[in-house]
Amino acid sequence: MEQFFTQLTNGLAVGGIYALIALGYTMVYGVLKLINFAHGDLFTIGAYLGLTLLASLGLTGNVGTAGGIFFLVLMVMGLVGVIGILLDRAAYKPLRTSPRLSAVVSALGASIVFSNTIMLVYGPSPRVYPQGLLPTHVFYVFGLPVPIMRIIILATSLVLMIGLYLFIQKTRTGTAIRAAAIDQGAARLMGINVDRVIMLVFFIGPALGGAAGVMVGLHYGQINFTMGWIYGLKAFTAAILGGIGNIPGAMVGGLLLGVIESMGAAYISNAWKDAIAFFVLILILIIRPTGLLGERVAEKI
Amino acid sequence: MSVSGNNIRIGLYAAVAVCWVAAPFFLDNYQTDVLNNIAIYALLGLSLNIILGYGGMFHMGHAAFFAIGAYTTAIMNTSWGIPVLWLLPLSGITAGVFALVVARPIIHLRGDYLLIVTIGMVEIVRIALVNNIFGITGGPNGIFGIASPQVFGYPINGIVHPAHYFYLLTVFIAFTIAVFYLLEHSRYGRALKYLCSDSVAAEGSGIDTSGYKLSAFVIGAFWAGMVGNLYAGKITFISPESFSFWESVVMFMIVILGGAGSIPGVLLGAILIIGLPEFFQELQQYRLLIFGIALVAMMIFRPQGVLPPKPHTYPVDKIDEKEVAL
Repeated sequence: MEQFFTQLTNGLAVGGIYALIALGYTMVYGVLKLINFAHGDLFTIGAYLGLTLLASLGLTGNVGTAGGIFFLVLMVMGLVGVIGILLDRAAYKPLRTSPRLSAVVSALGASIVFSNTIMLVYGPSPRVYPQGLLPTHVFYVFGLPVPIMRIIILATSLVLMIGLYLFIQKTRTGTAIRAAAIDQGAARLMGINVDRVIMLVFFIGPALGGAAGVMVGLHYGQINFTMGWIYGLKAFTAAILGGIGNIPGAMVGGLLLGVIESMGAAYISNAWKDAIAFFVLILILIIRPTGLLGERVAEKI
Repeated sequence: MSVSGNNIRIGLYAAVAVCWVAAPFFLDNYQTDVLNNIAIYALLGLSLNIILGYGGMFHMGHAAFFAIGAYTTAIMNTSWGIPVLWLLPLSGITAGVFALVVARPIIHLRGDYLLIVTIGMVEIVRIALVNNIFGITGGPNGIFGIASPQVFGYPINGIVHPAHYFYLLTVFIAFTIAVFYLLEHSRYGRALKYLCSDSVAAEGSGIDTSGYKLSAFVIGAFWAGMVGNLYAGKITFISPESFSFWESVVMFMIVILGGAGSIPGVLLGAILIIGLPEFFQELQQYRLLIFGIALVAMMIFRPQGVLPPKPHTYPVDKIDEKEVAL
């Protein structure tokens, strides 16, 4: 029972991180029908920028731990968001009317450029986040231990996700994003500036990915320049699991994948942990390609 | 395409082939070994070209088939001492059967979904190899002591005499080019290209699209498995490291940058991507960065690759009544 509970909370914390990254995939896919392969690397950039800012600005010393981390996450989100917009301008915008394969290959190229730039700037060996910034209390719920770190991570990702959901559902701009996702041409005719919507999507998605990067750094303490690839693939799996293009789907898919993975690692085999996500991916694509929350749409010819 | 243009083209290919065959006489062992690597990747690129170039399926897990061929050879050779070259067809068949089983449920997936699933497949295969599946793959250390291939009792050692191995690979490349050229210009190849450019129209014309796609997948995998055999015989030691996802990306880039669907394009792609970095050893650490930039730039400025396939032409004056009747 205790092991089950530990794995559940662990899975939810990791799942929250997957969900944040998955949102970036799903939003870009929703509007552009493009798998942004470089998204995982934007997440890594977030983790490294967080480390640099943390070390150089001494944030936590000036405004306290909680405030410092709050500002850190905000700054990283802003910076990574801007990098996301630049990525779109450089690698995707010239290919809007090209065949799908061209954009996918360009995305792959951008991913290689990002991960190698990080390696050249920060060096190939893993980097370590400063320890002891966050409290290490352990809560007891009905006598079962829950490290506070997991609660913070899950809470932060939930707050960000709920914020995004309200933004998409309740505001005018959010409505424009949804409209552009359904039909770009019609949205344009209704007077929506689709180019600005795309820019916004390429800001919000990478910003959330960057926030996830900082959280991984704070939680696991160690980051390396290739981690974006595996996190990116798993987050993409989460997005498919929930139904790609569907924002609540990415959240549900992320949390679910996190739990499946940590349960699988505990009860099936730890050595096969990384393969579990891929098995889930293949199964979902075979059985229900539209994902759990996706709607079945007839394929356009 | 005028007749003289065709002659120039053929002359150019012949000149390149002569240079290729003569190259080991002017190169040292290390440089010949680079040529061997180019040859291995050229073969892998050609086999992926069937799936990606003709079939138009975004397959980024080709290293899985390569690995299965290499491991089949390594296991059969080290356990039972079966000579490496005898295992050539068997390695291909194992990879082909694996492809058949794996591809069947996923073959209908749309482009980018297929891409992601094949990435998942190659990762699962790699993790399976690392975890020593069935207790026969040797785990993360891999398998040592694979014998060198023998031709008519004459051993061809890829480490001591790279030039010997070079000619073995060159013969296999020539064979591969011949087979794939015939395939490309056959009814089968035309059907595959047709369904790649417009699958709905192809299906409407009576082409069994999923059957053709699946068979292209199996042929590509079969060939990659045979290349795996030659690779295992060349370096005599294999480990999961050699079959990472990155290898699949390299094969993918060779086909896309060289020219998807074009045999000369793929060969040029292998020379550029595997050979060119050797000239820039001091830029070693920037190599991948430059690759990445090249990929993005190519997609923007020349998405069809350096040497795209020639469009098929049917000269009016050569069409006689028989062909019209067809």
